[in-house]
Amino acid sequence: MATQSSAAGSDFIKNLGRMYGFYTGGFLAFVLFLALLEWVGVPNRILGYLFVFFTLAVYAVIGIMTRTAQVSEYYVAGRRVPAFYNGMATGADWMSAASFVGMAGTLFLLGYDGLTWVLGWTGGYVLVSVLIGPYLRKFGAYTVPDFMAFRFGGNLARGIAVLVLVCCSFTYVTAQIFGTGIIASRFLGMDFTIAVYVGLAGILVCSMLGGMRAVTWTQIAQYIVLIVAYLTPIVILSTKHYGIPIPELTYGTAIAEITAREQQMLQQGLATAANLKPHIQPFFTYTPLNFFAICLCMMVGTASLPHILMRYFTTPSVREARQSVAWSLFFIFLLYFSAPAYAAFSKLEVYTNIIGRDLASIRPWMFTWGDLGLIQICGKNAASVQAVIDACKAIAGHPGVVRLQDFVINTDVIVLSTPEIAGLPYVISGLVAAGGLAAALSTADGLLLAIANALSHDVYYKMLDPNAPTVRRLTVARVLLLVVAILAAFTASTRPADILAMVGWAFSLAMAGNFPALVMGIWWKRATSTGAIAGMLAGFGLCLFYLLVTRYFPGFGVKYAFMTTLYTPAGAPMVKDMAAAMAAPNAMDSWVTLAHPLANKVGWFNLTNIACGLLGAPLGFLVIYVVSLMGKEPSAEMQAYVDEIRKPRGRTVLEEKTA
Amino acid sequence: MATSSNDEAHWRKTTRLMWTYLAIWAFFGYVVHFFVIPLNSITIPILKFPLGFYMAAQGSLIAFVVMLFMFARQQDQIDREFGVAEDE
Repeated sequence: MATQSSAAGSDFIKNLGRMYGFYTGGFLAFVLFLALLEWVGVPNRILGYLFVFFTLAVYAVIGIMTRTAQVSEYYVAGRRVPAFYNGMATGADWMSAASFVGMAGTLFLLGYDGLTWVLGWTGGYVLVSVLIGPYLRKFGAYTVPDFMAFRFGGNLARGIAVLVLVCCSFTYVTAQIFGTGIIASRFLGMDFTIAVYVGLAGILVCSMLGGMRAVTWTQIAQYIVLIVAYLTPIVILSTKHYGIPIPELTYGTAIAEITAREQQMLQQGLATAANLKPHIQPFFTYTPLNFFAICLCMMVGTASLPHILMRYFTTPSVREARQSVAWSLFFIFLLYFSAPAYAAFSKLEVYTNIIGRDLASIRPWMFTWGDLGLIQICGKNAASVQAVIDACKAIAGHPGVVRLQDFVINTDVIVLSTPEIAGLPYVISGLVAAGGLAAALSTADGLLLAIANALSHDVYYKMLDPNAPTVRRLTVARVLLLVVAILAAFTASTRPADILAMVGWAFSLAMAGNFPALVMGIWWKRATSTGAIAGMLAGFGLCLFYLLVTRYFPGFGVKYAFMTTLYTPAGAPMVKDMAAAMAAPNAMDSWVTLAHPLANKVGWFNLTNIACGLLGAPLGFLVIYVVSLMGKEPSAEMQAYVDEIRKPRGRTVLEEKTA
Repeated sequence: MATSSNDEAHWRKTTRLMWTYLAIWAFFGYVVHFFVIPLNSITIPILKFPLGFYMAAQGSLIAFVVMLFMFARQQDQIDREFGVAEDE
């Protein structure tokens, strides 16, 4: 608030440790209280609602308490978030519904190959700290397009940067709102569409009134909920089975048991070499090229995503920005190095207690999920013992025990079902739901703010109305936030088919559009405006072209753009007969559906389209280099500014009107 | 505005640190994992992890976290050495 003095501000910072310590204690007491309620017989459904509504209420209270009418508070939280807390907020900002619920499931299905995502979504922070983040902090921007505009000659560069930002962030935020809908509908039995709009309300109370300031302090609260929720079930499981409460150490034994069981299943005819993916064997799903290409695109994409970079604008100093990146990765690491443990424990449970078991003695935890259609046995929802027996009897020559090929599981179930596999009370399942919700909400908040800030600060204030008074700037920012949020929720409620792939695409698009210009802008004084603009357009354009053509216009790609079929790691072509596929009546249709025989199955150099940044970013670097050298070198004044960015001491380069 | 020789020396040292860290990053992000198949034939004693799998699931991640804390310290030392660090 405008009247708040800086003395009150520093008191606030000093008391952070006590406040969040108190909050964490309160949260744990709340979990224990619910456990007590469960013990006296309160039904599960009520417990689930209490969990979700209590946590949402806490976020809302923080969001309302930290409302602000100051521009610098709204955009960069007043630049006084300490490194440690900013690291926690970044952790929550970073870890989405996909990380919380989906990652372990992906590792369950893919084994070693899934680790490309674990590596890719952690290693990028090295690039953030070494190449980009601290320099942008010194520059003093409110948004990433701010830097592009200043360094590369004004509003054209700004406009392109806003376009890149909106393209990659909007699809990503849609996926998060979709995630809140899934979690709420699964745990509370709400209708999916209603759940999406409830999630939307949860997101808005955190970000609407206080912008970055409110999002920062709620994200820290959300991080605490999500990490407690993620680690609790697996720590208990590890203690029960192996006597050591550190699952990251004990799951090696589980992997050894899985590998032994895989051999046994093959010998007993419970699995065939064709449908068994050995858990530790690399390059079974992705070719080595695609494994490393995805890994690189996720890493470089991390260092290019505006909602992550802008978190480092909020630290008090350049020094703290660097420390903050380290803390961010530490807090992210806590979750990511536990995800493979979830996958291993679940797989061992499935392989030993479902596969090869007599149909009548299947463990009951899975019927809850079978009932929702998330686990299928013999092609039917595994809702009860009788349903499974009936479904398998219908298959001619079925041996009467579940074989690997009979068993289909939705990847979301891995994390969600672990409390039940471990035989834990329902209160732990509710905790996991609250954690998943926190992960989705916090990421959605960060993304929404990135989009709305780019539109209000860059497009409205910098491009349309540079004389707008503070009150109107903040009003515009809030209205835009609301509009973007509703648009994203509406898109999510239509359940678009590509929703999960889109998160991967966002990284590649950010990489191709932003990375070359950001790095060259800081590390090469000779980079010119024309060069950077050409490079951004070329890199982003090529990446987008490859994505759109391989996914939606594959027939066009094959006919006019020299695309050929992709190959599986075993060397088999994915499109077996290209001539026949092209001759099919709908081959040249535009916007083909996912089920189309060519969709996502053609390309160049056998490169999957998730990794399209690998084509765009090198082109971007090349174009910036060549075009810059063809033009006149940047003015001495601009070169002096670049020198200023490189030195932590001194004032920020960009001084914003903050009154 | 001419760049002072102090600033140039500071930037040279910063650049060298940048390349060093990118090399370590490339090693733990990629080079180790090129050898996953031979590494998987080694099993870590007691924990029973195949080494190739372990590096991708935990080893490299730990290296990234440690690297970042070291980088923050070393870059700060360089900034102090050339008198361009911020006041505490």
